[in-house]
Amino acid sequence: MTGTVKFILDGRVHEVQNPDPTETLLNYLRYGLGRTGTKEGCAEGDCGACTVVVGELQGDGGVRYRAVNACILFLPTLDGKELLTVESLKGRDGGLHPVQQALVETHGSQCGFCTPGFVMSLYALYLEGPNPSRARIKDALAGNLCRCTGYGPIIEAAERMHTIAPDDLPDVAAAAKALKAIRRMDTLSLSAVSKLTGGEKKYFAPVTIGALADLAVAYPDATFLAGGTDVGLWVTKQHRELETLISLGDVPELKMTRESSESLEIGAGVSVADAMELLGNHYGDMGELFRRFASVQIRNSGTLGGNIANGSPIGDSMPALIAAGAKLVLRWGAEERTIPLEDYFITYGQQDRALGEFVVRIIVPKPAEGLKYRAYKLSKRFDQDISAVCGAFALTLEDGMVTKARIAFGGMAATPKRAEKTEAAITGKPWTRETVARGMVAMAEDYTPLSDMRASAEYRLRAARNLLMKAFVETTGTADTRLVGDKELAHA
Amino acid sequence: MLENTKGPRVSDIKGAVHTELRHDSAHKHVAGTAHYIDDLPEPKNLLHIYVAMSERPHARLVEMDLAPVRAADGVACVLSAKDIPGHNDVSPFAGDDPLFATDFVEYVGQPIFAVAADSREQAFAAAMKAVVAYEELPALLSIDAALEAGSMIEPAQVMAQGDADAGLKAAKHTLKGSFRIGGQDHFYLEGQIALASPLEDGDVHVFSSTQHPSEVQHLVAHVLGRPTNAVTVEVRRMGGGFGGKETHPAMFAAMAALAAVKTGRPAKLRLDRDDDMVITGKRHDFKYDYEVGFDDDGRISGMKVGLASRCGRSTDLSPAINDRAMFHVDNCYYLGDVRIESKRMKTHTVSNTAFRGFGGPQGMLGIEAVMGRIAHTLGKDPVAVREANLYGGKGRDTTPYGMTVEDNIAPELIAELKASTGYDMRKAAVRAFNEGSPYLKKGLALTPVKFGISFTTQHLNQAGALVHVYADGSVHLNHGGTEMGQGLFVKVAQVVAEEFQIDIDHIKITATTTAKVPNTSATAASSGSDLNGMAALDAARRIKARLIDFLAEKYACPKDRVTFRAGHVYVENRELAFADIAKDAYLNRVSLSSTGFYKTPKIHYDRSVHKGRPFLYFCYGAALSEVTIDTLTGEYKVDRVDILHDTGRSLNPAIDRGQIEGGFIQGMGWLTTEELVFDTRGRLTTHAPSTYKIPACSDRPDEMNIALYSKGRNVEATIHRSKAVGEPPFMLANSVFLALADAISAVSGYKSWPTLNAPATPEEVLKAVTAMREG
Repeated sequence: MTGTVKFILDGRVHEVQNPDPTETLLNYLRYGLGRTGTKEGCAEGDCGACTVVVGELQGDGGVRYRAVNACILFLPTLDGKELLTVESLKGRDGGLHPVQQALVETHGSQCGFCTPGFVMSLYALYLEGPNPSRARIKDALAGNLCRCTGYGPIIEAAERMHTIAPDDLPDVAAAAKALKAIRRMDTLSLSAVSKLTGGEKKYFAPVTIGALADLAVAYPDATFLAGGTDVGLWVTKQHRELETLISLGDVPELKMTRESSESLEIGAGVSVADAMELLGNHYGDMGELFRRFASVQIRNSGTLGGNIANGSPIGDSMPALIAAGAKLVLRWGAEERTIPLEDYFITYGQQDRALGEFVVRIIVPKPAEGLKYRAYKLSKRFDQDISAVCGAFALTLEDGMVTKARIAFGGMAATPKRAEKTEAAITGKPWTRETVARGMVAMAEDYTPLSDMRASAEYRLRAARNLLMKAFVETTGTADTRLVGDKELAHA
Repeated sequence: MLENTKGPRVSDIKGAVHTELRHDSAHKHVAGTAHYIDDLPEPKNLLHIYVAMSERPHARLVEMDLAPVRAADGVACVLSAKDIPGHNDVSPFAGDDPLFATDFVEYVGQPIFAVAADSREQAFAAAMKAVVAYEELPALLSIDAALEAGSMIEPAQVMAQGDADAGLKAAKHTLKGSFRIGGQDHFYLEGQIALASPLEDGDVHVFSSTQHPSEVQHLVAHVLGRPTNAVTVEVRRMGGGFGGKETHPAMFAAMAALAAVKTGRPAKLRLDRDDDMVITGKRHDFKYDYEVGFDDDGRISGMKVGLASRCGRSTDLSPAINDRAMFHVDNCYYLGDVRIESKRMKTHTVSNTAFRGFGGPQGMLGIEAVMGRIAHTLGKDPVAVREANLYGGKGRDTTPYGMTVEDNIAPELIAELKASTGYDMRKAAVRAFNEGSPYLKKGLALTPVKFGISFTTQHLNQAGALVHVYADGSVHLNHGGTEMGQGLFVKVAQVVAEEFQIDIDHIKITATTTAKVPNTSATAASSGSDLNGMAALDAARRIKARLIDFLAEKYACPKDRVTFRAGHVYVENRELAFADIAKDAYLNRVSLSSTGFYKTPKIHYDRSVHKGRPFLYFCYGAALSEVTIDTLTGEYKVDRVDILHDTGRSLNPAIDRGQIEGGFIQGMGWLTTEELVFDTRGRLTTHAPSTYKIPACSDRPDEMNIALYSKGRNVEATIHRSKAVGEPPFMLANSVFLALADAISAVSGYKSWPTLNAPATPEEVLKAVTAMREG
């Protein structure tokens, strides 16, 4: 057991003795270290002004650098990692990094407040290598809001940054060595006194699944912390005091992905970014949906398991995975059980998970030959928005007949939910406009959506029905149906 | 300086006017070393303030027991209406904005008290311990509810020319309609913040993120019950303002100052984003009613317009904002016999305030929507209809407020943009695409902008500056304008560099402070460089005149033989360095410091009849937008935008292009994805970026071409014949809204024209598409 958080900052090991487990990295940087280049714009991971880059040791001995939101990242989760902030980019001679220089040259800053966040998102993109496509640039910047420039000059900077000679190149080998040296082999255990309640706050970050299972049973009321992209907001926005946190972030079994001839297995702690890559290879449209799942920063921190385990009715991964026929593996103590994903969601705020039980992995069957899979996300804004409606369709078509249909929606009910009546209305029927019309009528029996700030009930139902029509048009014709993303996917 | 038709001559110095210069802080922005108020090293014993808010839209405050708050850990003081030594008011002029509510609350989010504690967490936790009881009263939560109740912040205003009823009666065609225009949150990336430090004698120094330091100073003094000279307000830069930091910062500065003076400890108030969006005012949403008469060419002969806006719980700047909406009902068009009635509704929601365009966008969007409908009704090209209505020609150059349009370049701008974009071919291509595309439909629209420049409140059109030349030749520049990212500081520095003919590197740009330049106006109304550039020019000229006097006397030559040119000072054929003459002048006891002052000429306005010349000049621009909508979902994408905009002889074309693009995208957000939603209990439910969607990177059109009007030159004697640029480009985004309407019309095979409300969210677009389908 150890009570010290260690990470690499500016090439040196940085140690923090027993920090408050829920202190955010942003607050630690700004008010603890006086590194005020990183800004707070929203404290909920939506504006990107707090973007920093985190390096993690990979299985192959390399280091992968990714942009994340510091505002909702708890400081202890940095343990064993490398942190780069805007201050870290200063060249040996004090000069600007090519990313920064490019932004200066293209007039990429006006008020400048969002700029350090853009710099760090661009820096992560820079490390991916030269000549990023326009689409890649826009994705990389989807999690950074700028209210002044209109983005054009920032996109131009992204295209220009690789043409400027760097002052010095990152020494990945040295970083890997430093990270190996601070790699932790046992549970990180922290304890602090709450400044608000005076009570004890505990934090555990086990490194084996056995230790995790034991801790989960020992502290059944604990909050599981994976990417923290939701739990972070409980602290920054709801001012909740979390007494006991158990981090899932350092357990290798939860970080694994496995591919067999029939299925894909994704550990609960695998980031949405990594899951997106794997799932997208098999379900093209799921990849496209996940590309629009929050932002790069959130996808890098957030996990597929976390998105599911929370059971939010508006999480984007659930309808996509339910339609694909995914299963969930849960563990309590030494016991594992497997359930169809849709059965996990009982009602709003209630899931089929016992105290002390946690999600281990998600099993997604590979698409059968000829399966038509479509996933759609409707929101006010294309990128970095929460869906008003998210619908997924997995249709088996044989000789013009629908032989099997799995349809699931988010945003239409208190939980992510299958459209059973709609499925029944079209299954065993010819895949025609008439059948689609019947399906659209039946959908009103599946869902009674609510009105909220994202959309009215009327829009939700009308648009959801139209998505069935869209799936029909895309699987039967050649007309253009898509405004964004890889338009080839429409008729795949 | 010589001027010719090819554009202005550019001086041979670094940082001359009319050259592209980077933002003076760009290298610091990217390095994270540009300091915003929360980045300043925190002073010892700093207190942190949390603002407690009303949870009811309209209620009597029956009980507010703050004893448990005072007793909570870490609390240094609790502030409520009873703790104010001066006046409980932070309004810009009307006297109806209490710092803390007293007997009544009038919106959800209204500050009722504040807590200053050792930490932010403690301040928040303490505030939660308050016992507050409300007796709920009926609340007016919408424009319609306020109209029904007749609840207004001031009497309705009428602006008229000729006899609108007669004009309508005489017209061959008439149309009537109504639609709604949404509000907008500023979403400056840096939230509201103030840091106050106590000084001797009960004085106070306040760092405030504000566009209006003088007003913050006056209101802090007013709240403290002290003379203005007891308060100093300073701001180096803001992380965005857009009008949201014009009147509202005084509230937070006053709370911080109050805590500092009461406790003798420095105090910081930094709002959380959600609290910021709930507490502070936004762009006014409007209801727009019209009746318009026109001939076969679509030329308007008479029009009646009814405007009703949501002002919220207090007056704030709403009278001037709604006046500006009226001033822009005409946009570029002569409306003939016209009557505009404007109602300013008082509701139990947050008090709406200044926002880029200041009512102008709402007024202007209305007439553009009407133009689109007239064109559709007549089956005419919408640009042709717009052209037929432009100011110009005999008897067609007077605005509804009686000002003669003397600088009209809208016809040339539109013609040039049409030609450069191949408008007719683009339109044909859109029609062809729609023929072959059953689900995606394209739309195209060209809309112009004419925007009046000057504060319509006459006395605000003044500015001061302070320039020092030190004995080593380095220059200290200060003026009343504030920097919020718009590049004002670099532009004014260019003006001073130009005047002294020295490289801009010799000029130190300094933080705005009420201690250096007093009684300033807000940096608002796009006026920053017009006013402060002129004031700084005046200061520099005064110093320069003294240097010329000194050198002419010393070298016994006529004054006109002393010239400043390209980094040097020439006295007849002697070439002297600026630094050397500065030192020489100092040694000879010549004053090298001067204030400067400017007031805008020509303007006058009689608000009682709404007639006069409120503007020195107009800014013009035009934009062509092309969009694609998904008729199954209502989603859309802005594919391409072409802009031609006039900034006169631009002081800095790079900065101006940045304002144009940024303004356009912000305007696009207002009309598309940015939706403010209040629930039935008066609570704003879109109070964070998770629910309130400003444009993101991918919303920027894939193709965006921005050109400055090459023949641009201000006919008025503004600073180096440039034009203001802050607000006008915002309204170029009207073209996106009209393009969406065009695409929706395509669903009906152009048989119908949609009534589209702003913002045109996917839901709103799908609703309009459905209406098209159902005929």
